[in-house]
Amino acid sequence: MELLKNLPEMDLMRSEKMTFVQLIIPVESAHRAVSYLGELGLLQFRDLNDDKSPFQRTFVNQVKRCAEMSRKLRFFKDQIHKAGLLSSVLPTLQPDVDLEALETQLSEHEHELIEMNANSEKLQQTYNELLEFKIVMQKAGVFLVSGKTYETAEGRELDDNVYLSDYPESASLLEQATQSGPSISSGLRFVSGIIPKSKVLLFERMLFRATRGNLLFNQVPADDHIMDPVSSEMVEKTVFVVFFSGEQAKTKILKICEAFGANCYPVPEDLTKQTQITQEVLSRLSELETTLDVGIRHRNSALHSIGVHLTTWMTMVKREKAVFDTLNMLNFDVTKKCLVGEGWCPIFAKPQIQEALQRATFDSNSQVGIIFHVMDAVESPPTYFRTNTFTNAYQEIVDAYGIAKYQEANPAVYTVITFPFLFAVMFGDWGHGICLLVGALILIARERKLSSQKLGSFMEMLFGGRYVLLLMSLFSIYCGLIYNEFFSVPYHIFGDSAYRCRDDSCRDAYTAGLVKYRDAYPFGVDPSWRGSRTELPFLNSLKMKMSILFGVAQMNLGIMLSYFNSIYFNNSLDIRYQFVPQMIFLNSLFGYLSLLIIIKWCTGSKADLYHVMIYMFLSPTDDLGENELFWGQRPLQILLLLSALVAVPWMLFPKPFILRKLHSERFQGRAYGILRSSEVDTDSEPGSARQHVEEFNFSEVFVHQMIHSIEFVLGSVSNTASYLRLWALSLAHSELSTVFYEKVLLLAWGYENILIRLVGLSVFAFATAFILLMMETLSAFLHALRLHWVEFQNKFYAGDGYKFKPFSFAAIADDED
Amino acid sequence: MYGFEAMTFNIHGGYLEAIVRGHRSGLLTAADYNNLCQCETLDDIKMHLSATEYGPYLQNEPSPLHTTTIVEKCTLKLVDEYKHMLCQATEPLSTFLEYITYGHMIDNVVLIVTGTLHERDVQELLEKCHPLGMFDSIATLAVAQNMRELYRLVLVDTPLAPYFSECITSEDLDDMNIEIMRNTLYKAYLEDFYRFCQKLGGATAEIMSDLLAFEADRRAVNITINSIGTELTRDDRRKLYSTFGLLYPYGHEELAVCEDIDQVRGVMEKYPPYQPIFSKLSYGESQMLDKAFYEEEVKRLCLSFEQQFHYAVFFAYMRLKEQEIRNLMWISECVAQNQKSRVHDSVVFIF
Repeated sequence: MELLKNLPEMDLMRSEKMTFVQLIIPVESAHRAVSYLGELGLLQFRDLNDDKSPFQRTFVNQVKRCAEMSRKLRFFKDQIHKAGLLSSVLPTLQPDVDLEALETQLSEHEHELIEMNANSEKLQQTYNELLEFKIVMQKAGVFLVSGKTYETAEGRELDDNVYLSDYPESASLLEQATQSGPSISSGLRFVSGIIPKSKVLLFERMLFRATRGNLLFNQVPADDHIMDPVSSEMVEKTVFVVFFSGEQAKTKILKICEAFGANCYPVPEDLTKQTQITQEVLSRLSELETTLDVGIRHRNSALHSIGVHLTTWMTMVKREKAVFDTLNMLNFDVTKKCLVGEGWCPIFAKPQIQEALQRATFDSNSQVGIIFHVMDAVESPPTYFRTNTFTNAYQEIVDAYGIAKYQEANPAVYTVITFPFLFAVMFGDWGHGICLLVGALILIARERKLSSQKLGSFMEMLFGGRYVLLLMSLFSIYCGLIYNEFFSVPYHIFGDSAYRCRDDSCRDAYTAGLVKYRDAYPFGVDPSWRGSRTELPFLNSLKMKMSILFGVAQMNLGIMLSYFNSIYFNNSLDIRYQFVPQMIFLNSLFGYLSLLIIIKWCTGSKADLYHVMIYMFLSPTDDLGENELFWGQRPLQILLLLSALVAVPWMLFPKPFILRKLHSERFQGRAYGILRSSEVDTDSEPGSARQHVEEFNFSEVFVHQMIHSIEFVLGSVSNTASYLRLWALSLAHSELSTVFYEKVLLLAWGYENILIRLVGLSVFAFATAFILLMMETLSAFLHALRLHWVEFQNKFYAGDGYKFKPFSFAAIADDED
Repeated sequence: MYGFEAMTFNIHGGYLEAIVRGHRSGLLTAADYNNLCQCETLDDIKMHLSATEYGPYLQNEPSPLHTTTIVEKCTLKLVDEYKHMLCQATEPLSTFLEYITYGHMIDNVVLIVTGTLHERDVQELLEKCHPLGMFDSIATLAVAQNMRELYRLVLVDTPLAPYFSECITSEDLDDMNIEIMRNTLYKAYLEDFYRFCQKLGGATAEIMSDLLAFEADRRAVNITINSIGTELTRDDRRKLYSTFGLLYPYGHEELAVCEDIDQVRGVMEKYPPYQPIFSKLSYGESQMLDKAFYEEEVKRLCLSFEQQFHYAVFFAYMRLKEQEIRNLMWISECVAQNQKSRVHDSVVFIF
């Protein structure tokens, strides 16, 4: 006992000792103090204004200003992104810009940008209009000319049809010069314009309906795409010309055009005029283009100068906002001159915090120092483990199940080794192990580079678990050597096989079997088992028994940890009425089974362990016969059975009754003694301080204890059975890899054809990579996870704590990314 | 199919039902409204809303906010959600979802036609339209001179076309006729929606018929109250009532002859579900009637979430969201106009 108590302290075993502290900060140094604390990142503030809504708090205006600034910054980012500029990160951090200065600077920039945008938008619109006009002119002009050609040609046909086929084009020009606009004289008018292509069909239908079919609709797609000023996307448009007659129809058509967002442009019928206007439009277009170009260049340079500082500004604003959010959690004291804050910090961090606070007082030239003192807290402290890059991933595995109760034994300590090991038991193949190892090493070698860049969710996961992967692969190589499998092929690494054929011809190797002629194979499974008739029975028996041994060992470790927890929290009741009967129950049944397995392995006995275990329950007094492994087995079995039977009521009944007795004694003491005594009582037992406050409900406690006991009794059977998954998965893995090796690679290799061999090789490679290395890794990982979460941790782990979340700038920066 | 929805509903409708229930849990709660009612400025409202589902829609708005911006952005969120659901929906859910928007379509048509009648700018009118009730050729409505043209030109392409068959007259458009047109259209729409839901069967039919019946009865009451003292004849009035609902047919007979609000009240109090609504009002008062009806509607809509495997949740969600936007508009208006004492007048808490 003494030895156990004097063990050196394990850092990761218990969460950091926390203390509840109160800060009284003079207003003038509050901001600086909080931002220094944020840089330190070791103090978790408690929200003292929980009942107030966000806009009723003290520093709401500052928070609003920060939100406004970050909106502007988002606007800049958006603009930079739209302009296609890369925001280059300035490596040197600027000396702290004042927040007020930054605010004015930002609003100046925003103003400037908005103005520039408005200008360029206006220009863009004019440009678009001119461009559309140009297109309409080109396209619609063709219609008009061809239409007239047709018309005039027809007209002339009546007069005289000599010139018809010879020169219609030049004739029409001639004609036009002499008689101006034959179409107008016939009462035919037209409207030309341009409309987005998606609306053409509806537009045409609507026109048709509105004019009752008295129109001619011509359309031709525009060659250039035109930018939509709102979404700045390129839109496909179609040029149309509508011929109609009548004034009323015209107003209708114009209205419909307006409704559909079609832009109408007047196209003169006169060809010379057309060319003249086209010339004009073209020259204005080129002018505008240069203006637009200059504008864009100007804008880009402005954006560039913003982009250089953008990241710095963003982190700064983010930090400021976080500081004000934290300040909002503080309370004003009575005099309104100081802010009062409360929070949790680890005990080791106290000097650091004090130093930061002193620095803040000094830097802000405050007359009054910041008062920092420890307080008593009602609620239980947060859980904080100081992990490093290696242990972090394992702690995450445990945290995913539940955050440890304050100062509770942390399973992550053991998970570091047991998790990769149990994984490897299921994934034992040193070929696959080497592949995993290479992957893990690549991730670790590029750690610095990868940790700074943003990864996809899958890579993120892989990268986060790189050290888990490393140990998993190392253990897989180890287990693979024991199973003697390299991509399912056995090798004679540790010398020759212990078996050989009965004679030289080896004819009866597969019927009568081999004979042993030397000492057992020194390490792992003898390669001769491979391919033999008894390979599966041998390996199954080996792996099954091994799984049970591992399972019983790990569950015992779990129960032992519950003992250490009880010692730590001074809970002798749990040791006597929970730990001891649990130990007895588990070990008298499955501990005994493990013992039998080991004896059987050592002696080479042929006893049937199923039979022994089953008849231990059914008829414990019967003679064991040939299944007896050692002398005195029968009385021992009866003794074990009896102790297991005794253990069940032992863990079920005494605890609730004793709790009730304790409670009633305390109640009586409180009734007749001094009132204060009960408080002293609670103070002396910090671990169980909160239980006394609650009302004692016997039936509830009893039911809870009953559930707990039943769960343990049933669980010890089902959990042991659950560890057989180690065997099942390792069997599945080796069988699957055997299939891929024999039925794909060897089969393909049997052909002389190089093509078939290549196909076979590639299929094998893909199957190995995707099915064995990815899917199997995942499934073995999940099963190992389950074994830890359920079978191991339910023996001792409460997991109902909450995590220590200090106010830290580093965490804020991580959050946003 | 009644009773067996659970077997097959999730094949097509499960994903969207999950989505809509997720959206529903994003609706503002009474605590949110209490906080919103305490706001001093529109910026406070924005700040509070940015902590809710509306956050991403409001966060990029520059600071001097207007009520219209808030409402616009909140509506935008509703429209985005609706469009997403419509994209994912298969038949008959997609038709059901489309039916939900027809009411807005009718309102938009009426809005544009009335606006053109009073010679307002079309673009301005279009901005006022509810985005859920938009259709391609809506702007062309301004071209039409009378109802026949309206139908032949524009509405024949829209889903509203069948509803129009009842109200085509060659009469010119004036305010009275437009109002009658709106109610006739609404009547036809509700009846059609009702029939559609009956055809769907199962829990959808059961719940939707209840919700639609309430809607029809509310409209009947509103028509009656609004037509008191106008030249609308009793027969015309009766023609505007939908032919289903709790009041059909005997209640309609009685409503048709009502001459003042207390008579309406007398008719409605014969129907037990409507008793509590009217018992809250004092005699001769019709201002608070709207709110009372809204409260009752919200209660019924919330109840529809209690059952699973039916489409009424989509209808209910859209309606609740619209109510929420109305609430937000009212609160923001009160805050903007410094009328905070009246904040609670028209806000209907959803949860």
